[in-house]
Amino acid sequence: MRYEAPESLEGAVALLAGATGEARVLAGGTDLLVQMRADVVDPALIVDIKKIPETRAVTEEQGGWRIGAAVTGAELREHARLKKAWPGVVEAANLIGSTQVQGRATLGGNLCNGSPAADSVPALIAAGAVATLAGPKGKRNLPVEDVMLGPRTLALTKGEIVVSFLLPPRPPRSSDAYLRFIPRTEMDIAVVGAGVSLSLDGGGTITAARVSLGAVAPRVLLVPEAAQAIIGSRLDKAAQDRLEAAARAACRPIDDKRGTTEFRIDVAAVLARRTALIALDRARAN
Amino acid sequence: MAKHHIEATVNGDAVEFLCETEETLLDVLRDTLNLTGSKEGCASGDCGACSVMLDGRLVCSCLVLGCEVGGRKIETIEGMAKGESLHPLQRRFLEAAALQCGICTPGFLVASKALLEKNPNPSEHEVRFWLAGNLCRCTGYDKIVTAVMDTAAAMRKG
Repeated sequence: MRYEAPESLEGAVALLAGATGEARVLAGGTDLLVQMRADVVDPALIVDIKKIPETRAVTEEQGGWRIGAAVTGAELREHARLKKAWPGVVEAANLIGSTQVQGRATLGGNLCNGSPAADSVPALIAAGAVATLAGPKGKRNLPVEDVMLGPRTLALTKGEIVVSFLLPPRPPRSSDAYLRFIPRTEMDIAVVGAGVSLSLDGGGTITAARVSLGAVAPRVLLVPEAAQAIIGSRLDKAAQDRLEAAARAACRPIDDKRGTTEFRIDVAAVLARRTALIALDRARAN
Repeated sequence: MAKHHIEATVNGDAVEFLCETEETLLDVLRDTLNLTGSKEGCASGDCGACSVMLDGRLVCSCLVLGCEVGGRKIETIEGMAKGESLHPLQRRFLEAAALQCGICTPGFLVASKALLEKNPNPSEHEVRFWLAGNLCRCTGYDKIVTAVMDTAAAMRKG
């Protein structure tokens, strides 16, 4: 098994594009090393992207924020200004695993692991985050909701890596939130996850919103109908009911040991409502 | 393929070692550097028995490749006592019987020290959440949490 840690995007892309056997990108390794140990994957080449500066930086850009794909959860937690601008994204990232896992786990890895239950992905989708990819044909941008096609299946072509995520500028009175349901208090995989980002006008009416649901379909869903259900409202009871109905209608979950189809659909509706209420409270305070 | 030649710092000492790509930092610490204080419990990042500090971050050494740590600073349980003088957490764990079989203890101590360095006055809630990635099948956790809280209080008094 070959290990390479290139210091440039071009170097990483060339290695991955030229790989003859199975190749894997290593960011935090909290999924990859477990899968290697369990013989789920046996790559011939591992490309560690952590020495590439673009993957490791959090920077302000065009009034928004760019987060490197290999920035760890612990680093996001300590970034006070990012946390203030995007509390939902940071709280979602911080729900992944233990303190030890937070020391390594990354947004890029959480997305590219290709799990519909990934905690940070609904928050990124709700945020309107765009992934910047680097590949043999150069860079391109892809909305996060278009990166994952299904379980363990990504829209990335051979040689492409996720470099960073761009979170858009925030109007005043905007915020976001992420909630998940797990049967414990910590360290578990989401049965359902919900991310909501919204903006208010001066009178407290929702002018823009994005709602995303995790673990209720083969990929993390952007649910425009759920956003439409609350845009133009002050999230009164009627709007909450419409939001719940839209969330329910979007779900196509599996039945498994973590939750039945029926349970997941119920929980998705409840979480969408609660998450929207938290985002609303935060937006009012901004 | 040739082994990787890695130079790093472990508990303040410069070390160099050879490792295969597949070997984890935990494998290297235990089998190559003979630092067997860090334990392998689950080998999947769930139990925290292999906790070490990597450039000041608490991590599971079973989830780090040995070949990743070139030029980096690693701190293990072996570096916690200064000579014969135990760290206050180690003393308190002994006095309060915050361990039984002892397999999880190095991980708990490394993780607890990392917590107190960041937050010298944690609430019980914060201690329990910080240590949620360290599993103990003997104590039921209460004695460990109490020992960490008591140590924090004693260290604040100086």
